[in-house]
Amino acid sequence: MSVLVDTNTRVLVQGMGRTGRFHTDTALAYGTNMVGAVHPSKAGTVEHFEGETDHSGVQGRPDTYAADLPVFRSVSEAAEATGANASVIYVPPPFAADAIMEAASVGIELIICITEGIPVADMVIAKRYLSDKNVRLVGPNCPGVITPQQCKIGIMPGYIHTPGKIGVVSRSGTLTYEAVFQLTNNGLGQTTAIGIGGDPVNGTNFVDCLAMFNDDPETEGVIMIGEIGGTAEEEAAEWIKANMTKPVAGFIAGTTAPPGKRMGHAGAIISGGKGTAADKISALEGAGITVAATPTDMGTAMLEALAR
Amino acid sequence: MKIHEYQAKQLMKARGISVPEGHVATSVDEAVAAVRPLIEASGNPVVVVKSQIHAGGRGKGRFKEHSELGGVTVVTAGISGGPEAAEAAVRELAGNMLGSTLVTIQTGDEGKQVNRLYIEQGIDIATELYVSVVLDRSSSRNILMVSTEGGTEIEEVAEHTPEKILRAEIDPAIGLANFQSADLAHGLGLTGDAAKNGQRFLKALAAAAVELDTDMIEINPLVVTTDGDVMALDGKMSFDSNALFRHPDVEAMRDESEEDPAELEAAEHDLSFIKLDGSIGCMVNGAGLAMSTMDVIKYVGGEPANFLDVGGGATAEKVTAAFKIITKDPNVKGIFVNIFGGIMKCDTIANGVVQAVKEVGLEVPLVVRLEGTNVELGKQIIDESGLNVVSATDMSDGARKIVELAS
Repeated sequence: MSVLVDTNTRVLVQGMGRTGRFHTDTALAYGTNMVGAVHPSKAGTVEHFEGETDHSGVQGRPDTYAADLPVFRSVSEAAEATGANASVIYVPPPFAADAIMEAASVGIELIICITEGIPVADMVIAKRYLSDKNVRLVGPNCPGVITPQQCKIGIMPGYIHTPGKIGVVSRSGTLTYEAVFQLTNNGLGQTTAIGIGGDPVNGTNFVDCLAMFNDDPETEGVIMIGEIGGTAEEEAAEWIKANMTKPVAGFIAGTTAPPGKRMGHAGAIISGGKGTAADKISALEGAGITVAATPTDMGTAMLEALAR
Repeated sequence: MKIHEYQAKQLMKARGISVPEGHVATSVDEAVAAVRPLIEASGNPVVVVKSQIHAGGRGKGRFKEHSELGGVTVVTAGISGGPEAAEAAVRELAGNMLGSTLVTIQTGDEGKQVNRLYIEQGIDIATELYVSVVLDRSSSRNILMVSTEGGTEIEEVAEHTPEKILRAEIDPAIGLANFQSADLAHGLGLTGDAAKNGQRFLKALAAAAVELDTDMIEINPLVVTTDGDVMALDGKMSFDSNALFRHPDVEAMRDESEEDPAELEAAEHDLSFIKLDGSIGCMVNGAGLAMSTMDVIKYVGGEPANFLDVGGGATAEKVTAAFKIITKDPNVKGIFVNIFGGIMKCDTIANGVVQAVKEVGLEVPLVVRLEGTNVELGKQIIDESGLNVVSATDMSDGARKIVELAS
């Protein structure tokens, strides 16, 4: 088992530009079930892909792959023709929030928005629009979601992953890779790795992911990677204390970040004395989470947490 | 992006939000010329001279060159001496303030040079209040916060008397509803004309926040005048940089003299860079990894010289630009390149580093840690370049090596 995505996930791509094409190609190489694309100016055409199979992905495939993905004008048309149950968004920032709402309007169950740099006000509107829809948004400004050897949606390098028993949830893309790679090297592997993104307004939060991992029988432990800004980690700590039955290891980035400065991610900012790494680390430790001192120690921290 | 108080007030005034009359001045003569029209129009002989810098605490701040002089000074000479006396006082003040360095709790010890003044009409204040519009992450909505404790730091109010802060969530589809503005005005103790004006003020402010894509609007103090008008006596505004593309008028208000030159240069190359005080330059991909690279450097006993995220889709040219920005800082005694390639390929980074070293030279130790997409190719490029580069097995190893080499 896994959470969010598996071999039954049928993925639509919104935004088949240069970036969308590149990552669709790597997803196909990995073996993800890509079913079509939405790109109004290319509607009615077919995007052809072919290349060498990424054997770190879905197992038992030939050494090469080829695919012709139909391109549609709208998500509505694409969903009807392809039966997609997930969408990945590579649409440029000014139009990305609208793309999220469009996917939600037709009930795409899982919407993963990779786009970085969406105006906050647009996400405030999109989030309100989603509030009465039965869909899940992951991101924006995130690497995506991967269940090793089953389904890779997003921009993460596939080969660092290996099937296993740890769930990974993170606000930071590259730190997710660090954690995943350590779990691959120490033999624990991953059930599913979820990037929830570095923006102040996002879809899925830590608590949502922790709850899914808690309910997933194959997941035996969770690594959560937070960073300065907001109070999402503190809320997660509260939830873990009250509900989590599995060991959790954590890491918080930004111990040395100066207040009032945005550390790359729109959401990573200490303001009004709130959102410091020290507060978050003490909240996590207070909830019994093993917090790694450096990102290099995340895999070891997970081993320690499992052994306790 | 931040703007000056006078610019924030221009934006507010254009949206029907009541602000005092004022004129911006970049020279002593302009400052003096502003005085008489203000006094004549308002009938109030008092004017206020306000330093315009991108930092708070100006009123309590003091100038390095004139230790008795505050960053915001009320000129009362006009009360007994008429406009001529006010003009003379402003002439002396402006002469002392312009070009001098103001140190406030937010500028750090080095302070900020004052290049612009805002000359404003005096206001007869009955009450000082507080209002701000900020994003509330938990509800994913903007909230409007008001308090009767105007003039004090809102963080202190929040800590000691949180019950004195009232909040209203702004529904993006509705804006601030009438009942909400009425509740807030009531909570602020406003009655009669002041209540009406206050409600109008709050609704206009909430609308302005949406229209302008502000990150934050803070008005402290918001004042009720003796005539029952409700007015923004101060105005602090910052903007969502992701939304500036739809606000060229706001973008035009950018004052580059207020920003760090290295950060500006980095922004031109679409790099996320923040200058710090340490000696270890960092070049990293990804914001979280860049932040934690700084943390690890500190953890092993060093001090980072910067935060630098080259981003996911960096080219060799971008990497070269980043390298140049880092090496320009005279405090940098060593450079740590820490890459976990996802979209970013390790060979791209390696080519960028090699190219940069060829162009600008390398006078300090360089430690490179590569992992991820095309890592072998990247390592090969570095090895074959003949550069004096130390490679690291992981980020902690890299941090230890660079801190040791740089000390």
